[in-house]
Formats: sequence, C-alpha cells, structure tokens
Amino acid sequence: MKVAVCVKQIPDPAGELSLDPSTHFLVREGKLILDDSDAYGVEIALQLAEAAGGGDVTLLSMAPNGETSGLRTALAMGAGGAVLVSDPALAGSDALSTARVLAEAVRRSGADLVLAATESTDGYTGTTPVQMAELLGWPAVTFAKHVEVEGDTVKVNRQTEAGYDEVSCPLPAVVTVTAGVVEPRYPSFKGIMAARSKPVEELSLSDLGIDSSQVGREGSRQEIVSVEEAEQRKAGEIVTDEGDAHEKIVAYLEQIKVL
Amino acid sequence: MEKIWVLAEQKEGEPATAALEMLTAARRFATSVEAISYGAGAAGTAAALGEHGASRLYDLGELGDSLAGPRVAAGIAALIEAKGAPDAVFLAQSYDGRDVAGRLSARLDRPVLTNVVGLADEGGSLLSEHAIFGGTKVLKAKFSGEGPALFVIRPKSFAAEPSAGEAAAVEAVELPETGQSDAAKVVSRHEEERSGPQLDEAAVVVSGGRGLGTAESYSLVEELAQLLNGAAGASRAIVDAGWVPYSHQVGQTGKTVKPTVYIACGISGATQHMVGMKSSKHIIAVNKDESAPIFTIADLGVVGDVHNVLPKLIEAIKAKK
Repeated sequence: MKVAVCVKQIPDPAGELSLDPSTHFLVREGKLILDDSDAYGVEIALQLAEAAGGGDVTLLSMAPNGETSGLRTALAMGAGGAVLVSDPALAGSDALSTARVLAEAVRRSGADLVLAATESTDGYTGTTPVQMAELLGWPAVTFAKHVEVEGDTVKVNRQTEAGYDEVSCPLPAVVTVTAGVVEPRYPSFKGIMAARSKPVEELSLSDLGIDSSQVGREGSRQEIVSVEEAEQRKAGEIVTDEGDAHEKIVAYLEQIKVL
Repeated sequence: MEKIWVLAEQKEGEPATAALEMLTAARRFATSVEAISYGAGAAGTAAALGEHGASRLYDLGELGDSLAGPRVAAGIAALIEAKGAPDAVFLAQSYDGRDVAGRLSARLDRPVLTNVVGLADEGGSLLSEHAIFGGTKVLKAKFSGEGPALFVIRPKSFAAEPSAGEAAAVEAVELPETGQSDAAKVVSRHEEERSGPQLDEAAVVVSGGRGLGTAESYSLVEELAQLLNGAAGASRAIVDAGWVPYSHQVGQTGKTVKPTVYIACGISGATQHMVGMKSSKHIIAVNKDESAPIFTIADLGVVGDVHNVLPKLIEAIKAKK
C-alpha cells in the first residue's frame, strides 16, 4: 500500500487575513502553515502505514511559489517525503484546476490510497478531492470518521445526516477525513530535525504535462466580481455574572417566548 | 434565464428543506425550474416539489448500495446529453450534494461555486454571494465560461415558500453505467439516536466551545438543549479535539443554523464559528473572557464561567416547568 496525503499550506487563520484589492485573491505572503484540517489525514495515513507494518506516506501539495514550511510540519509528524507542484502559473487556480494538478501528481506518485481533508480552512470549497477522484476514474469516500485498510480494500465509516454508513471500497481510492476523528501527533524534536533532510520533490506544470493555460488565473472560468462589507449585528446588553446572571437569561428567554 | 435544475435530496418521499429553499430561489431567476431526485420514494416528492416551483421531476431511481456522488452525477450528465444543458444546476451543500457537485464538475469540465449564501440575476447571468472572513464580508462571484453554471448552496440561505404550482410531472431516468468510480459500496447504515430536533431545524440551539474545559462538561450543553426542546451544537475547536462528533459542528466547515435563539456557551466566537450562527434571531452568549468576539454580536452577553451559570440556569428552567 502506498498512501498519499493531499495537504494545503495556508496563511495562519488566527492571523489577520486580507484580500488583494485588485485580484480579490487571499494574500498569501509571509509564512504559511499546514492547514489544521490536514493534520488528521496525515495522522490517519501514518497509523495505516504502522498498522500495515510499514508503508510509504507521501505528501502532495501545490503552491505557486515553492513554499514548504507547512510541508515540513507534516514531514516532522512522520511522513516520508513530499511532492510539491510549484509553478507561478498556479496562482489563482480554482478547485477544478487544483484537482487536475493533484490528479496528475497522484498518478505520477503511484499511490493507491489518497487521503485529504473534507475541505481546506481558507478556501473551503470542499470539492477538490472528489473532482480529483473523478479525473482519476477512482471511487471516493468522503466525510470519513474512521478508516481501515484490509488487503486492497479500504473500509470507511462515512458521516451521514442520520449517523454513519459503513462503506467498503477497493483501492485505488480517495478518502476525505473529517477533523477531530483522530488526535494528530505532535512532531517530536527528533521528528523536526529529521524533517529538514526529508526529500521534497519539486515539480513544475510541464513536468506533469499540464498546460499553464488550464490552471491559475488563466484557466479559471469563474471570477470574483466584488467584495463588500456585510451587514453587521450590533452588540446588545452585556452583564457580568455575580451569581445571578442565569436569571437574566431566563428573563430574556421568557421575553422572546422561548420559555 | 431559461432553465434551472435543482438536485432535490429526499428521504422516503420527504424532500429535504434545502431542496424546497433552492426551488424557491430558482423560481425567481428562471422561467422553467425542474427537479432531479433519487432514492427510494423520490417520486413521492412530486407534489411538494411542484408546489415549490418544479414543473418536472427527473427520478433517477434507487441507488442500491452505491454512494450518491458518481451515480447521480452520471445521471445528471446523461440528462444533459438527452435534454440539453440548463443555464444552472443548484445543489445543496450537504454530504451527498457536495459529492455530486464535485463529480459533475469534473465530468462536465465546468467549475463549481460552493458555499453560496445568496444569488442575484445580473444581466441574465447569476451572481453568487459567499460569506468570507467569518461573515464580515460578502464576496460576489460569477462564471465566465460556458454553462451549465454549478452552484452549491448552503442550506438556510433562502426561505422555502410554496407557490400555487401543481405536482411535478415525474419522468424516470435510466442511470448509465458508472464503472470503477462507483466501486465504493455501503455495507451497512447506522442511525445515531437523537432525542429532540435536528440541529439545522431546531428553534433553539445550545452550543458549547472550548470554555467548557472538558469533554464531560458538554453534558451541560446537552441538558440545557433538551430542556429547551432544542439541539446541541459545537464549535470547531471541540469537534477537532474529539469531544463531540462533526455532525454537531456549527460554522463555516459545519452547519449553518438560524434558530429563534442561539445560546453560545464557552465559545469565544472565532470567525469560522460566527459565519454559521450570526443570522440567528436572538443570540445569548456566556463566556469568561469579556473581550471574546462573540459578545460583539450577542443580544445578551453574560461575562461569567459556564460552570457556574449553566447549572443554575438548568435548575431555574426545571423549576419553571
């Protein structure tokens, strides 16, 4: 079994985020971090490899500028290596273009199980993994709460509206995992040191045989028209609890006829 | 525009509320609105879908043990072959809706706009609205290439309003072969027991966050929700921490809720969370930190420890009953 994990490097969501005033794209300057959502996929991949008595976990990522700082975090967790598709032409790629690039990277990697988050924290489009599966002609199981591999079958508990479905799927396959289903390990000091020398293979679009007109701003067939301030709610009454704040809440609930 | 298709999810003949919301929205923009549905009992939704504006219902039939994504996307692609493409297809931002949208997008080689919270007609093409940065800004986007335009719409973005429409005419559609992409099979289905209303339908939502301190304290949230006949929600922080399942998550990466009252317990109000609940009619927040962003949108804010306030609140409500 060869596992690949798609990971995204994003601006720290806890920091100040802004959009470029002319392109309306998210400003991605400064240090990028591993998207928290991706840590779960990395953890599951490592656990699957351990359960299989060893196996190869490769990270797949895409960036316009050779960024690797987020990849190093996932390498420090224990992934063996990474493939970074980096090309200036990738800036402004939409989800389908991203899926096209990642699908080629998957093909080239020889992976038979591809894990990804259900959606990224910054763009949160949430369609890239399934688009990638369709381009590869593979099955996909999304919203996994639990993942196990038995031979060449992946078994997934998939979140549903009502509960969950047990799904069985032959490899090769794409599986997206929901956050919180495993506890991502913290990189150890040893892991962090080791990550520095782990291989990160950098590929360009031409290495993957993709024409730059198919991706990035040029290949995107959707455009941002405007970004405006949303209507804001106003703060209401704020009280400090001195042992009786629950009475205030009861009174409020009565006033709006919930009680 | 001429025609919009709406993917109407349903369960045993009961259409999803999101389907009725999307039909209501589609009626505003297109002269012809048609629905596509699948699964056991789909034809039984014809009256409700018709009442909300669908003139026709394409029934893709039962999926057996297949997942919806590849089968339904193949069905819609086949319909486009047979009937010609509509101007737009609306799908719900749901577990299955997203899978279908992703597959369909790659199949048709058309991009997709997701997390749509509003739509407007501008010169015959649709502008979609998206809440970004925790809902503090609204981004408007549109497709620049050839259609059909694929929009994935967050539930609760539109109100479902019936028109005087008659039942939709049901037309059965045979699904084409899907091959390897359809190789994932459901082995068994599990329904989690839930007492009380669904999170996204409840009139009262009580949510817990990191301020609860431990997973065990979430029982306070559940007890209060139950007392108020509401549903229990959660911030992403405690879902990520594994305290409660993802199905409870309110926010950008979870559910959007619009209850009569939303009670945020120990939730600081990260932008990720606020975008999913800021349209609640009333908001009550309890948090230790007086500078927590949640207080900027709360109608009633209590600066205090949830471990003190919630038990007393629960007792006081019990005493009233």
